[in-house]
Amino acid sequence: MRKLVGIVMLAAMVAAFGFGAPVAQAKDLKVGFVYVSPIGDAGYSYAHDLGRLAVEKLDGVTTSYVESVPEGADATRVINNMARKGYDVIFATSFGYMDPMLKVAKKFPNTTFMHCSGYKTAPNMSAYFGRIYQARYLAGIVAGSMTKKNIIGYAAAFPIPEVKRGINAFTLGVRSVNPEAKVHVVWTKTWYDPATEKEAAKSLIDIGADVITQHQDSPGPQEAAQEAGIYSVGYNSDMSQFAPKAHLTSAVWNWAAFYPIVVEKVKKGEWKADHYWWGLSEGVVDLAPYGDMVPQNVRDMVDARKAEIKNGSFKVFTGPIKDQSGKVRVAKGETASDEMLLGMDWFVEGVEGSAQ
Amino acid sequence: MLGFKIEKRQEPLKWGSFFIFLVALVFSLGVSALLLAIQGKPPVEALFLLWDGAFAHDWALEDTLLKAIPIFLCSLGVAVCFRMQIWNIGAEGQYALGAVGATWVVVTMPEAPFWVLMPLMFVVSAILGGLWAAIPALLREKMGLNEIISTLMFNYIGILFLEFLVYGAWKDPSSFGFPMTIMFPDTAIIGPLFGRIHWGILVCAVSATALTIFLKHTRIGFEIMVSGENPRAARYARMPYSALVVLVMGLCGMLAGWAGLIETSATLNRLQPTIMAGYGFTAIVVAWLARLRITSIAGYSILLAGLRVGVENLQLELMVPASFTGIMQGLILLSVLAGQFFNWYTFQRTKRG
Repeated sequence: MRKLVGIVMLAAMVAAFGFGAPVAQAKDLKVGFVYVSPIGDAGYSYAHDLGRLAVEKLDGVTTSYVESVPEGADATRVINNMARKGYDVIFATSFGYMDPMLKVAKKFPNTTFMHCSGYKTAPNMSAYFGRIYQARYLAGIVAGSMTKKNIIGYAAAFPIPEVKRGINAFTLGVRSVNPEAKVHVVWTKTWYDPATEKEAAKSLIDIGADVITQHQDSPGPQEAAQEAGIYSVGYNSDMSQFAPKAHLTSAVWNWAAFYPIVVEKVKKGEWKADHYWWGLSEGVVDLAPYGDMVPQNVRDMVDARKAEIKNGSFKVFTGPIKDQSGKVRVAKGETASDEMLLGMDWFVEGVEGSAQ
Repeated sequence: MLGFKIEKRQEPLKWGSFFIFLVALVFSLGVSALLLAIQGKPPVEALFLLWDGAFAHDWALEDTLLKAIPIFLCSLGVAVCFRMQIWNIGAEGQYALGAVGATWVVVTMPEAPFWVLMPLMFVVSAILGGLWAAIPALLREKMGLNEIISTLMFNYIGILFLEFLVYGAWKDPSSFGFPMTIMFPDTAIIGPLFGRIHWGILVCAVSATALTIFLKHTRIGFEIMVSGENPRAARYARMPYSALVVLVMGLCGMLAGWAGLIETSATLNRLQPTIMAGYGFTAIVVAWLARLRITSIAGYSILLAGLRVGVENLQLELMVPASFTGIMQGLILLSVLAGQFFNWYTFQRTKRG
């Protein structure tokens, strides 16, 4: 036993001298990221990390991250330690980091704080997010065109506005081409749990869904669709590698179109606290390349809509929009305000399932 | 030819047990370093960063202590259960119910003064947490239902109940639909004692002292210890074994419930589902490692809390994956438990042939 200890320790020491430690350069702008889940290979944090890698490529900038940070007290500690260690810009990429970040922002007035998906700001703290619902609407058009049974399954994470907004936009897209179709929602109460999310998708397939989409970070639902021989729509990043035969398209994040711009602004001293909510036009969200099974007429239709959203001539949440009970929520000719979208707590007509 | 045989010691190793712990700790750190080296990270620097982020500064110590408070309270309760050979895996659910109880008091009477609100929060969270543990205990004693399964299942029910309330009736109307209750009023917040350390640490100290006195100097405490050593003997001596099981489980539920209360009130200032950070499960590790020695429970709570805090530093500086915490925690558990073998056994060299 003790001999073994000795050998292991020796090996560790040798390895230590073998590798040595690279030291970060002194005057670089330091940019830190806080992720809610492991970076993994496809999910939400993965998408943010691609953005971080784009920042890393800038001159005179170094980056780092902490992953799997629980929202709450742990987040306060992590953000606080980043600020204390002299990070100049800190991106916190989940809703639950809002209050923790606000607390820390008050203590470090010279640090730039960027909070994703919330609504609170401070003189040194911005709120930002992307209009992923625009991409979801387009993905909905694809799904609505491809379904034969008019039942589409949606495996969803938590009943919060961000997720409901996505479900609603997707459903509006589906029903813009296929008014008969219904979108069935199940809640998994997970952001990343491959087994649970796959099971959720299977339960949707069991009730007859022939297109599956998701709002979680694991590729579980994609795999379930592939195994059942039906179609799927992915989320976060291009999920085609997990279900090449099922994958129609994905609603994807492209944070590389946002993070480097923010960091450059900070470098030049032009940064100001603001609400950023960029979308298709700025390239922060997009659709992944279509699968081979998507016919040309559908591609043309979706691309046309995409162009309209990009140039601002079409807005996803344009009335008349009814909720599940048939009540008109957005009147004809009006568009939903950003406040309404941020606090969205109801489902549009065509969604089957509880909004709670 | 040389061979070994395993012999039981007459007495458990006394002075050496700490030495064995140190060797086991160093061993697990060594393996961790090796794993880091395989990933191309500088292992010695990494271990230093771990130490640096967990214990080496006043702020790091504060972070670690803050994290250790709920782990300590949960572990204390779980350790008493384990001492009685009751395998309570349910501290996580009891913690959730404690948080629910405390929050119920706050949302029912947010205007009440501190001296009404705070004691009530402690009473209600103790009752709810205790109840959540007492039910599996009763099921075990009345119907022979295995408490490992029932407490584990009760975790899920408890956590889902918490989510049900936070997503539903207790949701703050100004939270944009996000699952969180209102901010607690100042009268419901456990404030700082020194630095950032809140007076929840006093709750730990008082609970630990009271529990020690209870177990060592009261008849019921004696009966609990005896029942843990030998349930059949305890029954034979007409000790109320079943009642004692319910009592220790209730005690554990109370302590875990207070941990939930303290986390809600002192660190989050509101109830939200993210309060469930796995302290109840870490407590099982701590209780198993430390048995029922209060100082060991404190020590291991701080060690595992420090590990969680320190690995963040490691992540930030070297971009080590977050799951490394779990790996290190498992390594420490395995090697210290394996090391405890030497407290009772020794290898004797034997000559053959």
